[in-house]
This record gives sequence, structure tokens and C-alpha cells, in this order.
Amino acid sequence: MALYSDVIRERFRKPRFRGALERPDVSGEDVNPLCGDRIRIQARLDGGRLVEGRWTGDCCAISAASADVLLEMMVGQPAARARELTPASILERLDADIRPSRMKCVALPLAVLQEALTKEGTP
Amino acid sequence: MSLGERCRPDFPILSRIVNGHPLVYLDSAASSQKPASVIEAIQRYYETSHANVHRSIHTLGEEATELYEAARDAVRAFLGARTREEIVFTRGTTESLNLVAQAVGRTLQPGDEIVVSELEHHSNLVPWQMVCRDRGTVLKAIPVLPEGYLDLEAYARLLSPRTRVVAVAHVSNVLGTINPVAQMAEQAHRAGALVCLDGAQAVPHLPVDVSAIGADFYAFSGHKMLGPTGIGVLHGRREILERLEPAWGGGEMIKEVWIDHAQWNDLPWRFEPGTPPIADAVGLHAAVEYLGKLGMAQVSAHEQALTAATMEALADIPGVTLYGPRNPEMKGAVVAFNLEGIHPHDGAALLDQRGIAVRAGHHCAQPLMKCLQIAGTLRASFSVYNTAQDVQRLAEAVATLRGEL
Repeated sequence: MALYSDVIRERFRKPRFRGALERPDVSGEDVNPLCGDRIRIQARLDGGRLVEGRWTGDCCAISAASADVLLEMMVGQPAARARELTPASILERLDADIRPSRMKCVALPLAVLQEALTKEGTP
Repeated sequence: MSLGERCRPDFPILSRIVNGHPLVYLDSAASSQKPASVIEAIQRYYETSHANVHRSIHTLGEEATELYEAARDAVRAFLGARTREEIVFTRGTTESLNLVAQAVGRTLQPGDEIVVSELEHHSNLVPWQMVCRDRGTVLKAIPVLPEGYLDLEAYARLLSPRTRVVAVAHVSNVLGTINPVAQMAEQAHRAGALVCLDGAQAVPHLPVDVSAIGADFYAFSGHKMLGPTGIGVLHGRREILERLEPAWGGGEMIKEVWIDHAQWNDLPWRFEPGTPPIADAVGLHAAVEYLGKLGMAQVSAHEQALTAATMEALADIPGVTLYGPRNPEMKGAVVAFNLEGIHPHDGAALLDQRGIAVRAGHHCAQPLMKCLQIAGTLRASFSVYNTAQDVQRLAEAVATLRGEL
């Protein structure tokens, strides 16, 4: 398996969930201390489900792809599903062989989303 | 044969294959590799002469003490320091700078000013921020001009009778800028301030004469100059060290101790509490000898040629932005750059897949990154063992990176 899998390349080149929402119900942002990258995730909720999600950030291909597949995995799902996800589940979707030094890049978008949902008091 | 080609065989690690490619090591500004003579000196010390230093009344203790103190004499000569009392061994540049900040910080009053620069490594910035927090002193920063030089007119304006400390890097670890530290020290002294220089990126690459520079404190690390990790040096002017209280207490730094007070040891041991990094000092001694034999003027000329060749080769690649001075004579052995559309960490990871080790990120200089309005850069840095072929392999790889993602 390559460090930059086909999934990572494709999501980096053509992200499907990149952008901002006009009236998000939840919004979160954090910095990767490794590189100073900042990632922001926004979502709209309806009846406990995450119905729309967008991410922005000036970040590496791994973080970008991680945020993109995370939102793909979450849209249409109960918001509580975010708590069951782990970096390992993102990694599986990325189909990549990520080294320990870059695992923070994989994990950051999920942590941002989980934190944002907690702040909103979403289960 | 170039200096790099002559030195290469002395460094065992450079024969490694990384990800299927012969290693090209371009991260010496973070930590240099070690010649066999350094590795062997440390091994020989542990196999034949190790014991604790200074108070062991037996043969091994005496040998260890002699070796440790001989390393001090070698470092003194290498730096052009006046006396051995001016050479304090620490664990690295960071500890040296913290030592100065702690010891000098105690003498400062609320409202006193400390002048740093925007291009400082965090290790010559954060300790002074801590002094400001504890003592109520005020931090002022010399701005960096767009070409990567310090704004010396602004520096002159920042100096005032309130300035008590000027803390700046001799050579920037990102931009490579060689700051005019002798001139800056003279200006600071005229204002009545002490001068603390971070020489971590200077001593491994340039001829450095601390007496000629005239700073009060000059700090650097062993591991960036072909020596082992875990040892650093603080050069302090004797008359300044003599009037400072020690930063830390413990064994070795005292002459006599009572239950409620103690009398300090002589210089330099007053500033060396605890068992020092003896083997690492022995390794540093071997590193200083290795560099001394090459001659620092030759080392500097060799690395300057590599720096110039790298800037020239990278500047020709579409999408490359170079940071810092473009005149290699004003620059240490480091080239920071970015490639449009490629995050530095992705760039470094892709280069690593071709066996090329470079640094990526903010290089512990986040305020400088904020000035440059970037999150980070790629950084290639050089040492004695790098060759024109290393530069060529880097340039060839960078030219194709954008097609990889």
C-alpha cells in the first residue's frame, strides 16, 4: 500500500465536501501542532441526523482526504455515529499506509467534528 | 575531489538505502550525521574510561575527568574563547538559552525590555516570554524585511536605556540569514544591554570567533555539528558569568553546603549541576577535531557552493518559491522553499519515498511563518558530507513532485 493511495490523491485533487455552509448548526476548528495546519468543519443537522457537511483548511493531502471521506461517511447518518468512528475507520476508507508521524493528519478532522458536536450538546 | 566527496565515506549512515534509494540526507540543520571518529570516541570512552567526573578518587574517575575537561579545552580553542572558565557544558542550545534567561531574568525589573527578532527559533523566544511573564519585563521584536534580513534601522530604534537584553540568532534556521551579530552586539552594549546569541546554525557551518563577535552569551548544540545529542555549550563572558547567580542547584555546582545555604563553585562548574553528559562531551571533542582538520573556512565555502547550486536549480522549477536571502554569501547552509499546490509535509513524504530526507513544517519558528504568511516550508540543509550529486537528486525529484499528487 502506498502512503498516498489513489483515494488520497483523488480526494486531494477533487474534494467532494470542500467549502463552507451558510448557516451551519455546528462548526469546529483546530490546529495540527505538527505542522500548524488549521482545519474547519461545519455541519447542518436535522432530526439528529447530519444532513450536510463541509470542510475548509489549508492543509496537507492526508488531512484533506481524511476530512472529505469523513463527511462522506457521516452525511445522512445520525450525528451520534461520529462518536463511534475512530481514526482506524477513516484510515480504512483512505486505503493508505500512513506512518505514525502522519496519523495526526488522519485523526484531526474526526476530532474536530466530534468536539463540535459535543459542544452543541448533540448526543 | 570535493570536500563532500572526501567526507562522505567517514559517515557510516550515508551508505543506507532508504525506500529503495541511496540516502540523500538534507536535514543537517535539524541534526547532522556523525563521522566514525565521533562514534568510536564515545564507544572507546564507555569501554575503557567511564566513571563519574570530578570527585572520583580512582583511576577511571581521573581518566573520565581528564577527558571531560579536555573536551572543554578543545571547544574553547575552536571558538576562540579567552579562557576555559567561559565554556559551560549543557544538554543543548535550548538548555543553554534557558540557563541565560533564568540567570539573567532574575536580575531584571518590571518595565525592563528584552529585544528579540521575528526570525527566532522558539528556543530563543519562549524562554524570554517566560521571563516577561515572571518579571514583568517587556518583549520587543526586530522585524524581518521581505528579503529575509533583519530591519537594522528598526533595531537601532528599539534600543533604549530600558533595553537590558538583546537575544537573536546568529544564523536563521529557516531563511539562513547571517545576521551582523558583531555590529548588533556593539550597538546593544552601547545601550547598556547584555547580548545572547543563538549560534546553533552558525557554529557547525561558519568560522565563529566568540571573542571577535563580543556577545555576552553564545549558545549552540553538539548534535548539529557532527557530535552526539545531549550536549550543548554556553559560552559566557567571564566577567558576566562571575556576577550571575547559578540558574539551577545540585551537586557539582557548589563549594560547600550547609543545611540552610551553600557557597557556589568556581566557573564554569557553577553552572553545571548534576552529572554532566561526559560521553557526549568526549564525542563533541572528536567532532570539533574533525571540523578543525577540515578547516571551517573550507567547510563554509563548500556549503555555500551547495546552497548557491540548490537555489539556482530550484528557482528554475515551475511553482517553486524560495525564502530568505538570495545572495549565498549572506546565507547559512539552508534553503527553505515551497512548491505551489503541494503542502510541505506531502512534499517531504514524497521526497522520502525517493530516499531524500528534508525537513517540512514551521521549523520551530512560528512567528516567522506568520510574517511570511505561510503554514510552513520545505527545507533542505547541508553539512560537510553533502555533494553536488545530492543537490541534483533533490532538484530532479522536486521537478516531478507535482505530478505525484
